[in-house]
Amino acid sequence: MRRLTISPPLAAVLLAIVLFLLSGLLPNGFGNNPDIALAQAINIVRLSVFLGVIAAGQTLVIISGGEGIDLSAGAVVTLTAILTYTIVNGQDAQVLPALLAALVIGGAIGLVNGVGVAFLKVAPLVMTLGMAGVVSGLILVLTQGNVSGAIAPIMTRLIARPVVLGIPGAILIWAAFGALMWLLLERTRFGKHLFAIGTNRTTARLSGVNVTGMVLGVYALSGMLAGLGGFLVVGNTGVVHIRIGDPFLFPSIAAVAVGGTLLSGGKGSYAGAMAGALVLTLITSLLTTMQQPESIRRMVLGVTLLLMISIYGRQRGFRQ
Amino acid sequence: MRRSRWQDVTYRNPYLFALLLLIIALAVNILLQPNLVASATLNSNMRVFLPLILVAIGQAVVMIGGGIDISVGAIVSVVNALLATQIGINGDPGTATIMMGAALFVGMGAGAFNGLFVAYLRLQPIITTFASSFLFAGLALFILPNPGGGVPSLFTAFYRETILLGLPLALYVIALTLAAWALVRQTRYGRYLYAVGGKPDAAYETGVPVRAVQFSSYVVSGLMAALGGIAITLLTGSGNAQVGDPLTLSSITAAVIGGTPLSGGAGGIAGPIMGAVILGLVRNIISFANVETWWQTFVNAAIIVLALAMPGIINLVRRRNV
Repeated sequence: MRRLTISPPLAAVLLAIVLFLLSGLLPNGFGNNPDIALAQAINIVRLSVFLGVIAAGQTLVIISGGEGIDLSAGAVVTLTAILTYTIVNGQDAQVLPALLAALVIGGAIGLVNGVGVAFLKVAPLVMTLGMAGVVSGLILVLTQGNVSGAIAPIMTRLIARPVVLGIPGAILIWAAFGALMWLLLERTRFGKHLFAIGTNRTTARLSGVNVTGMVLGVYALSGMLAGLGGFLVVGNTGVVHIRIGDPFLFPSIAAVAVGGTLLSGGKGSYAGAMAGALVLTLITSLLTTMQQPESIRRMVLGVTLLLMISIYGRQRGFRQ
Repeated sequence: MRRSRWQDVTYRNPYLFALLLLIIALAVNILLQPNLVASATLNSNMRVFLPLILVAIGQAVVMIGGGIDISVGAIVSVVNALLATQIGINGDPGTATIMMGAALFVGMGAGAFNGLFVAYLRLQPIITTFASSFLFAGLALFILPNPGGGVPSLFTAFYRETILLGLPLALYVIALTLAAWALVRQTRYGRYLYAVGGKPDAAYETGVPVRAVQFSSYVVSGLMAALGGIAITLLTGSGNAQVGDPLTLSSITAAVIGGTPLSGGAGGIAGPIMGAVILGLVRNIISFANVETWWQTFVNAAIIVLALAMPGIINLVRRRNV
């Protein structure tokens, strides 16, 4: 008898759709008006983009194994969001330099993480945690508590507003980004080596994979993607504050786990993280729509997470 | 891979590096604050360090058993919210004592909840305790939506001012936990804990009740978090449903600086205690060294990263020299 199996990303997407349809029954839900439903659906996907992009870096780091994780992502998002805000300062011409700065700074911070993990053998969890502190400190030093700047009109137009057929630019960016991530993981040597070092570092090294180089690259890339996330986040909100990235950190890890990527490494996909980001964003915004207090929202989120990972996050038993 | 001599020495004495750091931190601190070892100053420092020390001990036990507990800070918050609302500033000592006892069971219950999911449902510790931390943090906010409440001054005074034979209360608490740990390590359970953290498969093959041991480590962590919660409540004398938040990540840092690796099966609790004291002393040093306010977070974090990276740097340098 074949056991009925359903892949985690698909399960997460199905869950998101069911939850969304149920949300229509809420007193202030969309009821039976398809136009409002579509608008709400598009809005939730748009809000998922930012978590989704930040979770991309997390996906890479987690697949690379060796207890890989990036706890500095939240602080990097904040730093690059502030940098973008300051550099752009309301001018369209400054958008590209700001994006470049966000990627370079994010990548540099990621590289420091990589050096700590690959050369100094610090456990990724504490290395990136320490860097999160350093980056938060850096933010305080640089801003001294006040940030001045503005985002450019072109950013709002491309990220927050509909571009074609009522679809916001952020979603188009995410779709292209998802395709690139799929190519990177499934169709390149980098991807092949990434899964190899995630499964077993020793055999990977013996079969000619440059493990140290890969680890450095993966953490640098994770930092860059957090940088991209920061750029997109500020482009969407239009304002910054010195905690803007914090709420993305743990959800980015949860999104990866909900999408079926094992935190032990060597297995997973970006599609899973995308689906995870969608589910988490949907639950959060549903709880907000239902006007529940913060305490209830947190408890529901915690229980939902536990339920989801209980369904397919289980590790193998000893008797197998 | 062959280990160098330094690695061998630090492997056998995981707290050695922490001890070294502790001595340096103490020396610098005494230079800046000469009355540090006077019993009043010692007390005012140790009573602030104690909550993190207690939480870090629990974290270390989970880490030795091969897990991690991201929910400790939230458990501290739940206990704090519970005590501050149920006892109240004018509460009578009888209720207060009962509530503190109940708080210990709440902590163990929260730990058992984590243990159930991690050990018996085989979920990954990081993400499980992260999810449960949301549950607990929500619970704390539910009990105490806005900061307030408190405990009678009788109790806070006992916690803050007790100095026996010139030594602060906190040192006696630490001595007690060290003694308890020394006893536990002698027992079969102590050996099981290290076996489960080091090689769970091998432990299972040799008949160690792996699941039960993993489960118990989370109960211990919950208990220690509850003790930390009681300590922080007596220290502040008031309730705040987010008071435990910073303790989660600090407890992991303290345990790692104290030589307890995240990979499990090694380390102890003496190191994490030192780790927690080091983190506190570094904060002290920064405030006494007149570091400009805006630079304080950065300097603090940079010192911590350096401390975390130091064993690795020493190894790199030594390998070059061989």
